[in-house]
Amino acid sequence: MLRWLLIALLFALPVRAEEVVLGLSQDEVAITTSFDGSEILIFGAVKRETAIPEGELGVIVTIAGPPEPITVRRKERRFGIWVNTDAVEIDGAPSFYAVATSSPLDDVLGVRDNLEHKVSVPSMLRGVETPNTVLDASAYVAALIRINTNAGTYQLLEDTVIVDQDTLFRTRIRLPAALTEGAYETRIFLTRDGQVIASYETAIDVRKVGLERWLFTLSRENPFWYGIMSLAIAIAAGWTASAAFSLLRN
Amino acid sequence: MQIYLPIAEVSVNAFLLLGLGGMVGILSGMFGVGGGFLMTPLLFFIGIPPAVAVATEANQIVASSFSGVLAHLRRKTVDLRMGTVLLIGGLIGAALGVLLFNYLKSLGQVDLLVRLCYVVFLGVIGALMFVESLNAIRKTAKGAVIPKRKKHGWIHKLPFKMRFRVSGLYISVIPPLLVGLCVGVLAAIMGVGGGFIMVPAMIYLLGMPTKVVVGTSLFQIIFVTAFTTMLHATTNYTVDIVLAVLLLVGGVIGAQIGTRIGVRMKAEQLRILLALMVLAVCGKLALDLLLMPSELYTVGAVEGH
Repeated sequence: MLRWLLIALLFALPVRAEEVVLGLSQDEVAITTSFDGSEILIFGAVKRETAIPEGELGVIVTIAGPPEPITVRRKERRFGIWVNTDAVEIDGAPSFYAVATSSPLDDVLGVRDNLEHKVSVPSMLRGVETPNTVLDASAYVAALIRINTNAGTYQLLEDTVIVDQDTLFRTRIRLPAALTEGAYETRIFLTRDGQVIASYETAIDVRKVGLERWLFTLSRENPFWYGIMSLAIAIAAGWTASAAFSLLRN
Repeated sequence: MQIYLPIAEVSVNAFLLLGLGGMVGILSGMFGVGGGFLMTPLLFFIGIPPAVAVATEANQIVASSFSGVLAHLRRKTVDLRMGTVLLIGGLIGAALGVLLFNYLKSLGQVDLLVRLCYVVFLGVIGALMFVESLNAIRKTAKGAVIPKRKKHGWIHKLPFKMRFRVSGLYISVIPPLLVGLCVGVLAAIMGVGGGFIMVPAMIYLLGMPTKVVVGTSLFQIIFVTAFTTMLHATTNYTVDIVLAVLLLVGGVIGAQIGTRIGVRMKAEQLRILLALMVLAVCGKLALDLLLMPSELYTVGAVEGH
């Protein structure tokens, strides 16, 4: 019975008229000592076997950094001075998030599809874990969005996806210098009249390499020797400067 | 030149950090303070996460104080014996302070207490020093002979007397031990090296000559901050060695220059400058507490990560 239902459902689904074919200028970002951010070119084409359908074509590209648990604290006035009073722990907020669209976001994506696919920053953060103990947890999430938007870690880049002849699209997204390691989930949505008609997901791997990798691993796996090494460098530098200055004086 | 820091996970300008380190190093060599109370807010400002800033700075202070102590040793302005006594008191005090800190944390509102402690201490110490050194400067300007401060009060009747030759003191070890202990407790609660509390305490409570105070303070700061560095490196993994190297290259050079400036200056001038610096930091902290912040929320790492 169930199997028949499934088959019936499959046939009931509309045939995918349009699909995304994607290219990335790089699917890996190596963080070296001189790393100063990285610009990623995301390009692709709309593959279709029929004529171009009716409706306005929209392309949306999102990149999300690995989620990290964070604390949002609120200051309040107590006895005439401002102190941190309440704090909310938020799990699952990405460390970086960028949305690039081919037209203003509200034009290319309807409210329902935005919520369903978690595209814009507020809808992406709707599902994050917040404790039930705080009444106005949404105020903390709003503060998180505000602070991250001002810092440039959450970006809305409207009108930056260029679409050619309803088929080819491309955009550039700049990853900032302050990147954390991990898989940067990249999504592409095709929309027509505000409804998502096709999507594609891939990941950009961001990793520290060389000296950065070695120091990071050492600090986590051999913290004692890492500490000793830091102190040895400090003492050696202090001695060198002192010796150099006494040489200069003589 | 941008450099990516492996632990802080941000990219920063190398020359900016060299300059910052140099500036704080000069203050350290001049006044015998670690400079952490100045460096921490500056590092926050350029986008280093607070936990990394505090831990890495401890490592940087080891370097600049070591550099400064070597310069002072050549001039014989370090009282090693006094430094050791203060250090013993300081380590016991720091251990007690950590216990007290955890107790206060369990009560909540520790953040408020720390800030209030900070403002009150800086304010009182800065104001007292300022008034005292201003009077001293006035008296010397009038050409009056400064009466030597020789108090033969109850302090001199205490047992366990010890000779501190460099400081020219023959006093009981109990006062320096207590001073070290109190500074240790405060340093642990407020999360600072304690140089700017230790320096006035040595001048006014123990009656040590200002010139000796700077080197001796630096001597004990080396050990306190080395201990802090190890603690942060092994428990929080927040010491960023690349950031530390950039800061300490500037710091060790600055400390050498600072020592030379300090030696040329008169003791009263040195004290009045330190007093002004302490008052400025105090004023800034007080304003932060009293004025309404433009952003009521702050985003930080989850505690214990």
